Amino acid sequence: MNTPSAALSIGRVGKSFNLNGTHREILRDVSFAVSKGEIVGVLGASGCGKSTLLRLIVGLDKEYSGRIAVSGEETKGPNRNVAMVFQDHRLFPWLTVAGNVGLALEALDLSAREKAGRIRHYVDLVGLSDYIDAYPKQLSGGMAQRAAIARALVSEPNILLMDEPFGALDSLLRLRLQDELLRIWDRNNISIVIVTHDIEEALYLGDRVIILEANPGRIHSVIDVGLDRPRLRDDPHMASLKRQCLELVLEPSARVSS
Amino acid sequence: MAEASLPRILAAIPKGAWLPLGLLAAWAIAAGSGVATSPLFVSPLEVLRVPFADPDGREVWASLGASILRIAGGGVTGALLGLILGTLCGLSRVASLGIAPTINTARQIAVFAWIPLFTAWFGNGETTKLVFTALSTFFPIFLATERGIRSTPKALEEVAQALGLPLGKRLLRLYFPAALPTIQVGIRIAVLSAWIGTIGAEYAIGNGRGLGSFIASARDQFRMDIVLVGVFFLAVGGVALNHGCERLFAVLFPWAKE
Repeated sequence: MNTPSAALSIGRVGKSFNLNGTHREILRDVSFAVSKGEIVGVLGASGCGKSTLLRLIVGLDKEYSGRIAVSGEETKGPNRNVAMVFQDHRLFPWLTVAGNVGLALEALDLSAREKAGRIRHYVDLVGLSDYIDAYPKQLSGGMAQRAAIARALVSEPNILLMDEPFGALDSLLRLRLQDELLRIWDRNNISIVIVTHDIEEALYLGDRVIILEANPGRIHSVIDVGLDRPRLRDDPHMASLKRQCLELVLEPSARVSS
Repeated sequence: MAEASLPRILAAIPKGAWLPLGLLAAWAIAAGSGVATSPLFVSPLEVLRVPFADPDGREVWASLGASILRIAGGGVTGALLGLILGTLCGLSRVASLGIAPTINTARQIAVFAWIPLFTAWFGNGETTKLVFTALSTFFPIFLATERGIRSTPKALEEVAQALGLPLGKRLLRLYFPAALPTIQVGIRIAVLSAWIGTIGAEYAIGNGRGLGSFIASARDQFRMDIVLVGVFFLAVGGVALNHGCERLFAVLFPWAKE
């Protein structure tokens, strides 16, 4: 799996820091690879370092050990082939939807017309055409998160990182956005790493699900979902995988509390 | 007929206008009845004709213009310096540690205490007045800019970082818009203190055109009517500057309205 052709490869990544004189190890020896067009779910109890892992990959934090490579090339710091969607939409309140989506193109060498065309295309793709000139405070939570997804996609990265992107939304909206994400993924052939604490979300979206355990954060196990899309949410195989995941997720935390 | 409309006229007078109107009436009565007979005591009517009919009084218009030019020249210089240094200190911890303590200490000196120093350094002329106006504009703008830039939400900074926005774009799209409400408060204070500073410097130095020196020379000639006209223009000028700024904000930054 750890071949140069992998869209993203994480090799023995570790992260620790000193907090008030005590050494805290957040991640230890995390290794996995994501191939082109693959969706990987990352599951784990809170505090297992799953958000930290994404911050390292997107380049917000450069202090770590190990190797992170995008399309075979080692990367440290922001990389235009990697985009991130945060749990909160993080739209700039003083920019319209078009302005916010366009932010991701500011560092790119494109003509004004190309930029405008791309912005319109991705705003359409997330279903916000009617709100392209709206300011964030005029959007609902779901619309704002869609705009954030458009902002992440507009630079056409190879890898989309998502940190509990639907965690703040109500459950019905969450299901709808999951399906929308799959529809967009189907068109763009992008690799996605989605961190979540929702087992069903990880299983419904992911080709594989990586389960992290905490203290320090490390890979506990990897589950191959092995179901064709479109998937049924009530697929019997899904139910058994869910039971399996639940046991695995609960096991390490049970060990922590005992 | 007259009795019917008088209460209506009285009712139309805003409540805030009663006190000044009352004082004006008391002044007119005192002057007209001969109660106050000092040569320094002039009637409101005499004051009213000064800016139009009196050869010395007509100077008030040119003085007003000179003061406005001065506040524009010195104020804009001070504001730009405050913006640049404030931005630098807001963005860079090193710059802040190096520069801010000096500025914060200098700020504790009452602004008018600088006049003797400035006249020694720059002479008794235009330069001193401009430098003084610039100084009284600089402090509030510097403080507001530094605080505003520093209060930029960390979450949005991370978005800009992950998108790889270059510094220029980051200033334009992130830091200035985030700091703008705070900078606006600073500008409001700065306009007021620049106006006071300009008039104060003109008054203290005494030569050349300007409302401050206009009032000073009228006082030296015991022309209370001209002094009062000067004071009135000073007040109106301050209010007009304040309004002008608000209008400018509304045009430049329509999204910043509360």
